[in-house]
Amino acid sequence: MLASSALVLLMTPGLAFFYGGMVRSKSVLNMMMMSVSSLGLVGVLWVLYGYSVAFGNDVGGGLLGNPAQFAGLKGLFGGTYLATTGGPPVEIPLVGTIPATVFVAFQAMFAIITVALISGAAADRLRFGPWLVFAGLWATIVYFPVAHWVFSFDGVTSETGGWIANSLKAIDFAGGTAVHINAGAAALALCLVLGKRRGWPKEPMRPHNLTLVMLGAGLLWFGWFGFNAGSAVGSNGVAGLTFVNTLVATSAAMLAWLLVERLRDGKPTSLGAASGVVAGLVAITPSCSAVSPLGAIALGLIAGVVCALAVGLKYRLGFDDSLDVVGVHLVGGLVGTILVGFFATSSAPAGVDGLFYGGGLDQLWRQAVGGFAVLAFSFVVSLIIAFVVKAIFGLRVSPEAEVQGIDESEHAETGYDFAGLRGGGGLGTPRPDAATAAAAEHVPAGAGKES
Amino acid sequence: MMLVTAIVKPFALADVQAQLERLGVLGMTVSEAQGFGRQKGHTEIYRGAEYSVDLVPKVRIEVLVEDEHADRVVDAIVAGARTGRIGDGKIWTTRVETVVRVRTGERGPDAL
Repeated sequence: MLASSALVLLMTPGLAFFYGGMVRSKSVLNMMMMSVSSLGLVGVLWVLYGYSVAFGNDVGGGLLGNPAQFAGLKGLFGGTYLATTGGPPVEIPLVGTIPATVFVAFQAMFAIITVALISGAAADRLRFGPWLVFAGLWATIVYFPVAHWVFSFDGVTSETGGWIANSLKAIDFAGGTAVHINAGAAALALCLVLGKRRGWPKEPMRPHNLTLVMLGAGLLWFGWFGFNAGSAVGSNGVAGLTFVNTLVATSAAMLAWLLVERLRDGKPTSLGAASGVVAGLVAITPSCSAVSPLGAIALGLIAGVVCALAVGLKYRLGFDDSLDVVGVHLVGGLVGTILVGFFATSSAPAGVDGLFYGGGLDQLWRQAVGGFAVLAFSFVVSLIIAFVVKAIFGLRVSPEAEVQGIDESEHAETGYDFAGLRGGGGLGTPRPDAATAAAAEHVPAGAGKES
Repeated sequence: MMLVTAIVKPFALADVQAQLERLGVLGMTVSEAQGFGRQKGHTEIYRGAEYSVDLVPKVRIEVLVEDEHADRVVDAIVAGARTGRIGDGKIWTTRVETVVRVRTGERGPDAL
């Protein structure tokens, strides 16, 4: 579980690369900083009260955990180490079979990556300070409660948990609703309030470094094994199946996305391969414990095709979701969540049959209600948060700063210094001492003489 | 003196340089350039969205020569850069008033 937690942590820097490569070079640092700052901000909020809101005893209706119960992780740490040094023996608080603190750490990473995912919609134009305010409020008002709805099962971390997990019984193994639909809906709300980038969609805004995107996609896939298989909270058959499903659904989604590109655009692209990987990972996240490996392939293929088509929506509808958080995470999350209702098989650990396995519509409507409830809640509350932050702080950088590059205006840094003009012996290179001395003494031989 | 400026396809640089060296030209300056002419750019597609890239990468070659050598230098560049296909580039000459060798201060043809 410690290893899985660390894997999930790596997804956030991975996401920073994935997103960073997709923007223009003048805003690569800001793009990466939005992800990285989530590691700072949400990590602290999670320990202060986030975990408690998500996994504390329900305060009513399955909507919210008690924020005071585990504030500052009160009562969750301890151990036998003190006993060996002569102090009183301390019981280790457990969640299932693992120490509670390990579970806290694992779930912290989910909160961090979910907040970071939103930033893809806000490329090039959102001031850094207001982003942090938005991120903190969003984590507090949206993510922590929704994690409670989806991840908090009765009697595991506390006696009473959230409504989607316990009353609705929608299957969301590792966070198709709480992470992906949630972040996708928030991204849509944020980019609507924020407005389009200057020049979008007429000006070309092509990815400046697709090798970074590929690196990021690789790190995301690697980390995702911790995300999904780790969600089994144990080293067992569930972890094994979810691991394999996370592999094969993602592979299928990549192939499907490339096939769509080959047929529609003529060429399969590397950005398409990276995007297909992420779409597959998103779709298998809620479903990896509920489907067979063959079901996972089918689910991956569908997710790859649907997401490859969905990323075109923003041009039709005119919202500047810069890096397709909606097309990949919201749509992919919905596809994965809804398809559980079709492809679930009782031979998988979740033990439920979907429509294609003779289970009728029962699970399908539970999945749909769960998915759309999170979508609606996240979208509406995110809109409100974005409007409030806009009213108090303002959201956008000035037009000049946006044109010149947000890296310089918000961070006073430049992502790259490759050009021969600035480094590596070109313009700006200091004179070597000998040359300086010689230059000072030198008088041109033919000075003043016209030829 | 004349300044011969040539805009050619990047891959032609080595051949042009070989031709100029065979001619005995003592120096040239090369820079990367972008531009458009009759050769059209190309289209790139990212997540289904098309972007037309209409500035084509080229190499700019500059050679300073005495007046009487200018034509042969131009011919040498043509010989090195011609493929016969669209986008091979342009060459032009400009009259130059003064040339100074920075190291010695020599002026005029001596500085070439």
